[in-house]
Amino acid sequence: MQPLLPEPSTRLSQQPVPRSVIFRERLIEAGLFFAAISSILITLGILGILLYESSDFFRNVSLGEFLTSTVWTPTFENPQFGILPLVAGTLVTTVVALLVALPVGTIVAVYLSEYAPFALREILKPMLELLSAVPTVVYGYFALLFVTPLLRQFLPGLEQFNMLSAGIIMGIMIIPYVSSLSEDAMRAVPMLLREGSYALGANRFTTAFRVVYPAALSGIGAAYILGISRAVGETMIVAIAAGGQPKFTLNPTEGAATITGYIVAVCQGDVEHGSTAYQAIFAAGLLLFVVTLLFNLAGYWLRKRFREAY
Amino acid sequence: MPQTVAPTATAPAVESLKAQAIDLNFWYGSKHALKGINLSFPENKVTALIGPSGCGKSTLLRCFNRMHDLYPGNRYQGQLLLQPSGCNIIAPTTDPVEMRMRISMVFQKPNPFPKSIFENVAFGLRLRGISKPAVLRERVEEALRFAALWDETKDRLHQSAYNLSGGQQQRLCIARALASEPEIVLFDEPTSALDPMATSRIEDLIYSLRNRVTILLVTHNMQQAARVSDYTAFMYLGELIEVNETAKMFHMPTQRLTEEYISGHFG
Amino acid sequence: MDDLNRLIARRRRQDLIFGAFGLVCTMLGIATLVILLVDLVMDGLPRLNWAFLTSANSIIDPEKAGILIPLVDSLLIMLVTAAAAVPLGVAAGVYLEEYARKNWLTTFIELNISNLAAVPSILYGLLSLGLLLYYLNLHQLGITGADQRWPLGPRGSLAAAGITLALLVLPIVIVATREALRSIPLTIREAAYALGATRWQVVWHHLLPYSSGGIATGIIIGLSRAIGETAPLVTIGAAGFWLVLPPSPIQSAPPFLSFAWLLEPFSAMPIQIFTWTQDARPEFRVNAAAAAVVLIVMTLSLNAVAIVLRYRLRRRINW
Repeated sequence: MQPLLPEPSTRLSQQPVPRSVIFRERLIEAGLFFAAISSILITLGILGILLYESSDFFRNVSLGEFLTSTVWTPTFENPQFGILPLVAGTLVTTVVALLVALPVGTIVAVYLSEYAPFALREILKPMLELLSAVPTVVYGYFALLFVTPLLRQFLPGLEQFNMLSAGIIMGIMIIPYVSSLSEDAMRAVPMLLREGSYALGANRFTTAFRVVYPAALSGIGAAYILGISRAVGETMIVAIAAGGQPKFTLNPTEGAATITGYIVAVCQGDVEHGSTAYQAIFAAGLLLFVVTLLFNLAGYWLRKRFREAY
Repeated sequence: MPQTVAPTATAPAVESLKAQAIDLNFWYGSKHALKGINLSFPENKVTALIGPSGCGKSTLLRCFNRMHDLYPGNRYQGQLLLQPSGCNIIAPTTDPVEMRMRISMVFQKPNPFPKSIFENVAFGLRLRGISKPAVLRERVEEALRFAALWDETKDRLHQSAYNLSGGQQQRLCIARALASEPEIVLFDEPTSALDPMATSRIEDLIYSLRNRVTILLVTHNMQQAARVSDYTAFMYLGELIEVNETAKMFHMPTQRLTEEYISGHFG
Repeated sequence: MDDLNRLIARRRRQDLIFGAFGLVCTMLGIATLVILLVDLVMDGLPRLNWAFLTSANSIIDPEKAGILIPLVDSLLIMLVTAAAAVPLGVAAGVYLEEYARKNWLTTFIELNISNLAAVPSILYGLLSLGLLLYYLNLHQLGITGADQRWPLGPRGSLAAAGITLALLVLPIVIVATREALRSIPLTIREAAYALGATRWQVVWHHLLPYSSGGIATGIIIGLSRAIGETAPLVTIGAAGFWLVLPPSPIQSAPPFLSFAWLLEPFSAMPIQIFTWTQDARPEFRVNAAAAAVVLIVMTLSLNAVAIVLRYRLRRRINW
């Protein structure tokens, strides 16, 4: 056995780090960097292809017609390209979904964060999150073949394809997105604030809505905005349960295509590549991208502001 | 503020030096954390660095193995020479990885890897290209014996290091630091997270390492510095106030600040 | 004094009522899930048997139609997705967490990933349609040689489908990797660096092994989302009716592995459900429900694995 700490001159650690090791480190770092950059390439790819195909589209269709006309019939003999019917469909289903998801999601978040005992929360939260594990095509099936017949017993005028049941189911699907992020935000509010409120004799309800909710507002706002973004971009539920026909209406009991639903409907049918109708789905996609991007940026900004606050 | 800054930076000439700080400055971003440190570290002795929190003693220690390089915005200036080669540890051209291979460190809190006891000690050896199982076993045993941990762990070398007690974990970290035969071992308040029994075992261990390896010990605890070190340096607000043989330092400090600190007036 | 007592009693009642109301709202979500499952099982019961899993589709006889081909195709697509998304996502996560300096570029990448995670999935489908299929020619070559052209151009292949879903899953893997790495304390990194490890050695020998559980959880969650995705596959021409199994990846003769399947046309479980749901003949909706039960069992069991993994992880390592 050699002595543990021999003379310095014989120590193996005297050797400098070999060049090959330094080279390998650089190579690996470069590889990892390109992996990180790939996410930017994906965004550029999406934006690029949408802009590329849309630019051809807007050579044939004026931006004025696209944004103001109320008829969207790209596959007809005399095609018309007014996006408003699709926007209206998206708006109606989104509003219905939010009317379900925001109040229920908020109450669930308050309940789980401020009321529920620890053990109960540990069971309820993962169960609730399973709602977002159900494939959307299955929700579509459920909305069309369970919810619509059920609603028809109360609303005889409800069409078979309608935006109401699509919106309701979409809202239920979005509940966990809203409640999880809101609950995280409320739980991040320091205990001191709550204690201050309780020490004044406030009950849970007052503490939750007068102290914790306002303190967590920017985080909860981010949750709401991400919920909106989900609703705008959700595709299969509306494609199945609201039908694929563009129709300029704000009545939720009627069927109408949303932006996403229309893209799916077209992709199932006969549209020649390179035709204006083909390019029209990219123009619709571009509008969808811009809208969701704005919501996502707003959500990112709010979340960041919230993290900085606590 | 220190009124007189006249550190007796020259160490006794009879001993050979292992390291030398010459006009060493260090900044965390815009915070000037080390201000013109001149200090020598005798070979195979224990040098203790003492001073109140935030005085820069840990910062100085972490210059030796370039730990500051891990975080952005840090800046070195001056020289920190490793003898006898005279290589400047903090020069941009010096490879921090090479310095860390030659100078090892034991941290405030025991921080074993979540691996087996054996793998914890073997990791540094593997980094140095040792892979023969027989050699590894031999070197791991030596290191564990040296850290006075062999008897307690020889039957469970392949159990998780997390099954050990806090004091045992810290001795494992010492074994890990010693296994690769470093030229200097840095101890950054190694007992601050331990109970008195475990602390005294670690102190014994450090004491037994003198004359074999150069040791730098940062400590909050002046009794600890008095018990285990040969030399003591007192730092305050990023400056070196005084350095001397430990016995002299604690019996007759030359600076008033030192005297106030070791008699417990502040810090 | 009486007023105060009355006030306190009212407050207490308020708390009780809201507590009950909150529980009801939470149960509303869970109840929907339960009703959905019961409804599906009841609708699909007549077809829930072994033959359904192992037969090919039939366009005329719903009772003979099975899901063998979409099931196999979905599994093969997941193989491609995992093979593409896991290395890329973990590498990107490692770079952002362990290598990247804080500058405008990394801030931009972070912003970009957070946006990608919320981009509607159908836009990934349009990306693949426009770019992968048309300009990179990642379409199927066709096994029969017959004209398989699809109105929007060439039909997508299994490879195109897998890559499309990989792009979708990528942000989930990146975020999970970063969170798993962030949960490892700084002192462990310092210990490894102090022994003279290089950055990559610290990552490879320490950080990746210690975060593997968290990363695996993220991968499983991502795959469970991918396997149920429909919209991006519709846009690249997934077949709602397909009768041909792709050639097996494993061959009996050397070199034993074959990649011919990658360029085959494909169907997928959610696509099959979609097609059957839209079929005008109600008998086929029974098949849709039965296939939905199979798909839900797959996604829920993936999620269950992830939940168990996360729970065990939290108990195992206490830094």
